[in-house]
Amino acid sequence: MGRELWRRLRSWEGLLAILLLVVLAFNVTRVPNFLTVTNQINLFQLGIEKAIVVLVMAFVIISGEIDLSVASMMGLSAAVVAALFELGVPVPLAILVALGVGAGFGLINGFFVARVGLSSLAVTLAGYVGFRGLARLLVQDRSVGGFPAWFTDLGQRGLIGPVTLSILLFAILAVVAAVALHASGFGRLAYEVGNSAPAARFSGVPVARVKIAIFTLSGLVSALAGVLMAARLGAVRASTAEGFELDIITVVLLGGVSIFGGVGTMLGVLLSTYLVLNLRNGLVIAGVTGNTQTGIIGLLLILSVLAPNLWERGRAGLRRRRPEPSLRAPPVAPAGSMPSRAATE
Amino acid sequence: MSDTILRRVRPEQFRELILVVVTLGLLAFFATQIPGYFDPRSVNRLTVGLAIPLVVAVGQVLVVLTRNIDLSVSSIVGMVAYVVGTLLTRSEALSAPLAVLLSILLGAALGAVNGLIVAYGRVPAVIATLGTLALYRVVLVEFSGARTVTTADLPDWLNDVPSATLLAVGGYDLRLVVGVALLTVILGQFALRSLPFGRRLYAIGSNPAAARTAGLPVERDVFTAFALSGALSGLAGFLFLVRFGNITVTAAQGLELQVVAAVVVGGVNIFGGSGSMIGALMGVLLIEILQQSLLRWAGISEFARDAILGLLILLAVTADAVILGRLREAWVRVRRRDQERAQAATAGVGGATHGA
Repeated sequence: MGRELWRRLRSWEGLLAILLLVVLAFNVTRVPNFLTVTNQINLFQLGIEKAIVVLVMAFVIISGEIDLSVASMMGLSAAVVAALFELGVPVPLAILVALGVGAGFGLINGFFVARVGLSSLAVTLAGYVGFRGLARLLVQDRSVGGFPAWFTDLGQRGLIGPVTLSILLFAILAVVAAVALHASGFGRLAYEVGNSAPAARFSGVPVARVKIAIFTLSGLVSALAGVLMAARLGAVRASTAEGFELDIITVVLLGGVSIFGGVGTMLGVLLSTYLVLNLRNGLVIAGVTGNTQTGIIGLLLILSVLAPNLWERGRAGLRRRRPEPSLRAPPVAPAGSMPSRAATE
Repeated sequence: MSDTILRRVRPEQFRELILVVVTLGLLAFFATQIPGYFDPRSVNRLTVGLAIPLVVAVGQVLVVLTRNIDLSVSSIVGMVAYVVGTLLTRSEALSAPLAVLLSILLGAALGAVNGLIVAYGRVPAVIATLGTLALYRVVLVEFSGARTVTTADLPDWLNDVPSATLLAVGGYDLRLVVGVALLTVILGQFALRSLPFGRRLYAIGSNPAAARTAGLPVERDVFTAFALSGALSGLAGFLFLVRFGNITVTAAQGLELQVVAAVVVGGVNIFGGSGSMIGALMGVLLIEILQQSLLRWAGISEFARDAILGLLILLAVTADAVILGRLREAWVRVRRRDQERAQAATAGVGGATHGA
C-alpha cells in the first residue's frame, strides 16, 4: 500500500499533484474564500479559451506533430464572427461559418502535413502568419463590438447556476478527450502514430487519416475557443488571442506530454492546466505582473524536464562510481532509495 | 539531356537554384507593379533590412542542422540591444570595438545557457528555448524598469554607423551593416563546407545516435552551435541598436518566427542534416522582399500582407518538398541505371573470358 502510493507519487502526474497542492496551499492561506465556487469560476474564466485548446493540442503533440496556428485561428474565428455581424448576418449563422472556417483550415493543415508530407512546424508556421493576416484583413485596425446581449451574456454570465457556457463546454470536452484518448480506438491510433509513424503504417494504421482528423479537430476547437473569447470579451480585434500558442503548448508539455509524441496522459494535462491557472492567480496575489508570470512559467517548463533528467544522471553517476554490482552479491536497493518500477510490479 | 544534368548535380543543389528563380520572378513582378522599385533608395532600404535577420539566420542554421531549434533568439537580440545601449548612454569610455565585443559575448553567454540545457541537460530544444524566450524577455523587463534607450542619449559615432558605406556604385550602397551580415554568411558557409565542425553538424543532424556511436562529440558540438547562435544574435542585437536607436523592452519581439520561417523557406530541413547558408540567405531575402514590397504595393491593402506571406511560406515549402522529391527520385533512378549498366558491362566481359 505504502509502496504503491510511493510509485504513484513518483509518476509525472504525482509530481504535478504535489506542485498543485503547494500552490493551492499558498493561495488558500493568502486569500480568504479562495476555494469558494465563485472564486474558482472566476479563476477558470480568465483562461478558459486556452484551457479548451489545450485539450486538442494534447492530441496533436501525442500524435507527434505540433500546431503553431491555434492562436491565430482563435483570432481568425473571432474576426469572422465580427465581420459577418457587421455585414448584418445573424450571429448564430456567423458562429457556424467561423466554426466551418476553423475545421476547413484545420483540414488544410492536416492535408499538407499528412498527404504532402511537410513538417507540421513549417505548415502551421505558415498558418500562424496567414490566419492572423486573414483576421487583420477582416477587421483591419478596428475594434468590433456591440454584439447582441444574448451573445455576450453567454460568454460572461452563468448558464447553470454560476457555471458559464465556456466552463461547461470545457468540462464536457475534457471528459470526451479523456475517454477518446484512453478508452477508444482513436486514442490508441494517436499514440501509435506518435510513437512511430512508419511502424504504425506497416501495422495497417491509416496514419494520414488519423493526422488529418486531429488537425481538423484542432482547427475546429480553436475556432470554437475564438468564438467563446469574442463572447466573453464582447469586442474583437485582429490581435485577439495573440501569443496564446506558447501558453497552450507550455501547459501541454508541462502536463507530461512528450514533444516527440507517443507519451502523455489527459490526467497530466488537466492537472497542469489547473496548476498553471492557480499559479498565475497566486502570482497575481503575490504582486507579480503578467509578463513576469510568463517568465516563471517558462522556467517551470524547462525545470519540469531538466530536473528529472539531472536526477536520473545523478543516480547513474553514483552507480558508476561504485564497484560493479554484478560482481558482488545480488543487487539490494540501498536504504532510503526508491523502489524501481520492476520491484513493485 | 536531363540525365546528364542529374549525373552532375545533386538534387539539393537545385534547391538554391529554384529559390533564385522564384526571387527573380518576384522582383520582376513587383518592378512592374511598384513605380521606382529599383530606385537606389528603395534598394538600399531593402538591403539594410536584410542585415539583422540574416545574422540571426546564420546562427539558426547551425542549430537547425543538428536537429534542434533556437526560439530564444529574439529575446537575446532584444536583451543585448537594450543592455549595450544602456551601457553606451551611461559611459562615454565604451569604444566601438569594445561595444561590439561585449554584444557578442553577452549573446554567447545567453546562447551557452541554452546549449547547456539542451546538450547536457537533455531537454528538447523546443522546450528549452521556448522557456528561455520567455525568461530572457522577463529578465529584461524586470531589470530595465520598462525604461527606454533613446537615440539622443547614444554617442554620436553609433548614430553614424547605419549610413556608413563600404562601397557605392551610382547611388546603390553596400552599407557597413550589410557587409558585416554578408561576411557572417560567407564565414558560416565556409565553416559548413570545409571545417570538421561544420561537417560534424550535418552528421549529428542526419542521425544523432549514429554520430554518437561513431565517436563524434555530439554534446559539445550541439552546445557550441547554440553558443554560436547566441553570439550571432548578440551581434544582431548590436546591429539592432545601431539601426533603430530607440530601444524598448519589447525590441525584436517576433523576430524568432521570421527567422525560422526564412530558414525553412531557404530549404534548411527542420529535421536536421541538410541545408546551407546560401539557402538561408535566399530565404531571408525572399521574405524581406515580400514584406517590404507588399507594404508598398498599391494593388493590395496593407492589411493583406500577413495573409499573403503565410500563403507564400506554405507554397515555398510545398514546392521545395514536391520538386525536390521528384528530383531525388529521378536522381536515384539515373544512378541505379548507370550502376546496372556498369555491372552488365563487367558481367559481359567476365562471361566472354569464361567462354574462351
